[in-house]
Amino acid sequence: MGNMITVTVNGKEHSGGVEGRTLLVDYLREHLGLTGTHIGCDTSSCGACTIHMDGKAVKSCTVLAVQADGSEVTTVEGLANNGSLHPIQEGFKEEHGLQCGFCTPGMMMTATDLLKNNPNPTEDEIRHALEGNFCRCTGYHNIVKSIQYAAKKMQSPA
Amino acid sequence: MTNYIGKSVKRVEDKRFITGQGKYTDDIKLNGMMYGYFVRSPYAHAIVKSINIDRASKMPGVNKILVGADIPEAIAGVPCGWQVDFKNGDTMKEPPHPLLVRKKVRHVGDGVAFVVAETRAQAKDAADEVDVDYEILDAVTCPKKATEEGAAQVHEDAPGNLCFDWELGNPKDEVAAAMAAAAHVTELDFSNQRVVPNAIEPRSAIGHYDTAYDKYTLYTSTQNPHLIRLLMCAFVLGIPEHKVRVIGPDVGGGFGSKIFHYAEEALVTWASKELGCPIKWTADRSESFLTDAHGRDHVSNAKMGFDSEGKIVALQAYTYANLGAYLSTFAPAVPTYLHGTLMQGLYTTPKINVDVKAAFTHTCAVDAYRGAGRPEATYLLERLIDLAALEMDMDPAELRFKNFIPAFDGVEQEGYTTQVALQYDSGNYDPVLKRALEMVGYEEFRKEQAAQSNGKLLGIGFSTYIEACGIAPSAVVGALGARAGLFEVAQVRVQPTGKVSVFTGAHSHGQGHETTFAQIVADRMGIGIDDVEIIHGDSDSVAFGMGTYGSRSLAVGGSAIVNSIDKVLEKGAKIAAHLLEASADDLEYAEGKWTVKGTDKSVSFGDVSLTAYVPHNYPEGLEPGLDFNAFYDPANFTYPFGAHVAIVEVDKETGEVKLKRFIAVDDVGNVINPMIVDGQIHGGLAQGIGQAMHEGTVYDETGQLINGSYMDYCMPRADDLPSFEIDRTVTPCPHNPLGVKGAGEAGCIGSTPAVVNAVIDALWKGGFKVKDVPMPMTPERVWTAMNN
Amino acid sequence: MIPNSFEYKRANSVEEAISLMTEDAQVLGGGHSLIPALKLRLNNPGTLIDISKIDALKTIGDNEKSVTVGGGATHAAIANDAALAKHVPMMGQAAREIGDIQVRNVGTIGGSIAHADPAADWPAVLLASNASVVISNKDGKREVDIDQFFLGFYDTALEEGEIITAIRIPKTAANQHSCYVKFKQPASRFAIVGCAAALDLEGGTVKDARVALTGAADSAYRVKSVEKALIGNSFNLDLIHSAVGDVTEGKSIMSDHYASEKYRAHLASVYVKRALKKLL
Repeated sequence: MGNMITVTVNGKEHSGGVEGRTLLVDYLREHLGLTGTHIGCDTSSCGACTIHMDGKAVKSCTVLAVQADGSEVTTVEGLANNGSLHPIQEGFKEEHGLQCGFCTPGMMMTATDLLKNNPNPTEDEIRHALEGNFCRCTGYHNIVKSIQYAAKKMQSPA
Repeated sequence: MTNYIGKSVKRVEDKRFITGQGKYTDDIKLNGMMYGYFVRSPYAHAIVKSINIDRASKMPGVNKILVGADIPEAIAGVPCGWQVDFKNGDTMKEPPHPLLVRKKVRHVGDGVAFVVAETRAQAKDAADEVDVDYEILDAVTCPKKATEEGAAQVHEDAPGNLCFDWELGNPKDEVAAAMAAAAHVTELDFSNQRVVPNAIEPRSAIGHYDTAYDKYTLYTSTQNPHLIRLLMCAFVLGIPEHKVRVIGPDVGGGFGSKIFHYAEEALVTWASKELGCPIKWTADRSESFLTDAHGRDHVSNAKMGFDSEGKIVALQAYTYANLGAYLSTFAPAVPTYLHGTLMQGLYTTPKINVDVKAAFTHTCAVDAYRGAGRPEATYLLERLIDLAALEMDMDPAELRFKNFIPAFDGVEQEGYTTQVALQYDSGNYDPVLKRALEMVGYEEFRKEQAAQSNGKLLGIGFSTYIEACGIAPSAVVGALGARAGLFEVAQVRVQPTGKVSVFTGAHSHGQGHETTFAQIVADRMGIGIDDVEIIHGDSDSVAFGMGTYGSRSLAVGGSAIVNSIDKVLEKGAKIAAHLLEASADDLEYAEGKWTVKGTDKSVSFGDVSLTAYVPHNYPEGLEPGLDFNAFYDPANFTYPFGAHVAIVEVDKETGEVKLKRFIAVDDVGNVINPMIVDGQIHGGLAQGIGQAMHEGTVYDETGQLINGSYMDYCMPRADDLPSFEIDRTVTPCPHNPLGVKGAGEAGCIGSTPAVVNAVIDALWKGGFKVKDVPMPMTPERVWTAMNN
Repeated sequence: MIPNSFEYKRANSVEEAISLMTEDAQVLGGGHSLIPALKLRLNNPGTLIDISKIDALKTIGDNEKSVTVGGGATHAAIANDAALAKHVPMMGQAAREIGDIQVRNVGTIGGSIAHADPAADWPAVLLASNASVVISNKDGKREVDIDQFFLGFYDTALEEGEIITAIRIPKTAANQHSCYVKFKQPASRFAIVGCAAALDLEGGTVKDARVALTGAADSAYRVKSVEKALIGNSFNLDLIHSAVGDVTEGKSIMSDHYASEKYRAHLASVYVKRALKKLL
């Protein structure tokens, strides 16, 4: 397992050896057992594997695990804070933004990146921001509403 | 009184999904598990001359490489669950579908070898080193061409590539006579292209043989674990059913593609015993494109005749249906009993004939995909009627009103008997279209359309559809060739403390059963929703089940739950009567307690359930316990209907189509959870719109799927779609206890023709009188339609 | 989904990266062209030299006469850069049209142009902006004029053992008045055609013009016939219509199931017009 890496995932430091070819998504799922991050395609298209690396949404199927050495990674498992749901998680539940749940982690990770850079996006901006995330269940209608819910919530914390 | 039914209760299943704790098959890791990877044919049709595994077998981590010859003869191929015989009575052609091919590959992606290794990467590395020598043969991919003289043959024992031919409705000569007398006939040659279901979770299966118990467990991404167990045990592996447990854990979408029993499931199950370790296989997306059963793929010609008033007098439809290389589980039913039977639509058409030829081709198998047959029927009817309106210069909405079947509730008025073998349960069709027109602002829209002058063409398209779902009365489908019953099973187990566990055979993979079913149970039993748990997806805990497809879970599975609850409450009343020293007939049950009518004497549900399990003071002769199951076999299909309207803008310069608005008014009968029903409609709409505008396989003449990835196959994305404008009417189903009809497929069935009709309308209004733009309506196709 | 095995080497400086170069090595930048190809095993290097951690490659420098964009600058960084927005607006426009949020966060301009996908966005923009490509190799540095950089189908002037360290974009009047428009392949969202145009207008007259197309042919190219027809004339709608004729003349036009040769050529002329109209 030629390459030693240290990655901080959801606030916890992990060290271990990986093959050069190991994708970050496989490292998260297979090495760390964080199976909330999903794999939906092999062409870097669907976005199911989206995580945050050093604060930015990235497709973890298109980053080598070795490239994450020294990075801070947040996955869906790290979205909630001390047991209280992140507003985006709340939004997806309140607005029925998920059905089968498979694309949901990636959707939420992309949406949080969007809201960080654009706290009050228009519907068009939300739809454009989801270009790299496929959902086959919801027709995106309620995903848009979920993100609007979170945007509102994040602007006026309870 | 209802506390939950009819309310948008937030989903109980969401918590695990939004926190990343969903458990899908590929998330499961078992001790000592090995990983499988398939060597698949890169050719559509070829003879496998030799397979050399020497080099691959020596690769690091490789445990075993299986080829077709390694599989005992006693293991049969993948079975088909529906038999449709030829018109002349000859038996349907049913060629074998082996787990791994031995001599000949018949589509790109056909399984040739299965490599098992310690890691997935090692399995793939070794798979790349398996050396297969192929002799490439000619291929055929189009179902019509497949039946022509000289076409490449898929199976030796299916001459002319014909699996069966089939016909339904009035005799052809009667239809022809009515057509000849028609004042106007609209005719259309078109195809309903092949699409790929594309559940975002790729298929995955883990086989695990436990020597201690002599028992197999199959974890699989399926819509119906019991059905998989039945098919795999009885028809493929010949293992006793009680020695196999099938678990469908969280499943990331199915849309039909995960109904079917696939070779991979049987292979990992069998191999786990042979190799002595659990084996996991998960498809790459490229593999999903090549091996998940596809949907649609019809090539059709249809004629609709009208009298001078615009009343439809006849319909004749001819369809070539593509079955792919092998018969998938329900494939024969899709172009026949799920398609031909819907040719009445919402109209009073007196003469109808539908003629289908089902052909094998060198392509991936075709089977049910969201709607299954009904979208194809709706597409045919709704394209014809909209086109007829343009040709006859009539308003397309008016033309429909003129032809709608008058309202009937199925109780006071009898169900409507069609020319094509169905009896609709209840229907009231004017209001859905009226409501849709109101939402559109139809008159205003037509004015805006006429005034449009910015290089864009505005168009509006309609679709008024009916579907047959709530699948299905077993005896009826049995008579039509189904090799299984289509009832559903529920068990309501009241725990001693009054908490309720409900076991359902209807698997949930996005539909929200864990919430909707709990709403029903909580209301019917008068308890809190938190006191109810819905369990599904495990053949060892759920007695039996036929699964989730055909918009059947609530209508059939929900009804089974209701019947189980009735049994629980009936027995509970006996226990309550004993405790209250009253007659059971004098009791009424409401809000979780039995009360002696006209008194304040009552006993709670919890006290009764405790008594059932601690039967010290107990009715004589009554069994302890409070646990009942029910098998519900529906009396009829259910028939949701609706009106869909699309508004599009076509860029004259590029042919690009923008979907500006989409209005859907659906009637799915009674609604338990409006939020979830809306969600089902939204998702269906996106898939139906996707077929109209974006999706479709492209096979080249050698049988290569040239758009088998997301870089080439266009999935609808958020910015391809508008927010949907939806509403509904409620016409209850008269024959099931919940009055529900089903909502899973409606959006997908109604929407596709509305979008195409809107583009055709835009083109006609812009002076381009074209009859058809083939789906998907890519910019180039629309541009070509304007520039021919 | 799983690449073939390779040796991974991380470089902490450009010099180190160059020193690590061997015959079977490839450079890993953002990886958003390379890793997808590795996963499908369409590309199987023996060694990957990771330059994604070299901070010096990520900077965008606002100089007196040019803006220099580090080869490792991400599309997102370019989209959000103030100097580029001011001096070369088409850079930001193009950056925002590339891929999706996640791709833009990691994919780099250097990686993209080294890959030279015929349907990528940057080649058209850089051709229209009269950029130059700064390349490092074991002998030092060389700077290649963008007109000499894209040589053909996935082919560039980059030699073995070389790394793109920066793209230099001159601050010109034309670049200040520039735009990029794109007709997307609906699935991949790469360009079926993309047109970048930069016009130097003086008193309403076109003093200089650079117009480039991507997606249409096997490599992005400048549409010199249009440039010539524009220069010296007063810029208006009539000029656009008369200047834009067959913009694919002499080119071998690509064809696929989304766009035939004929349709692609048609779109190319539509998009050249649309780009120019945006500059009216």
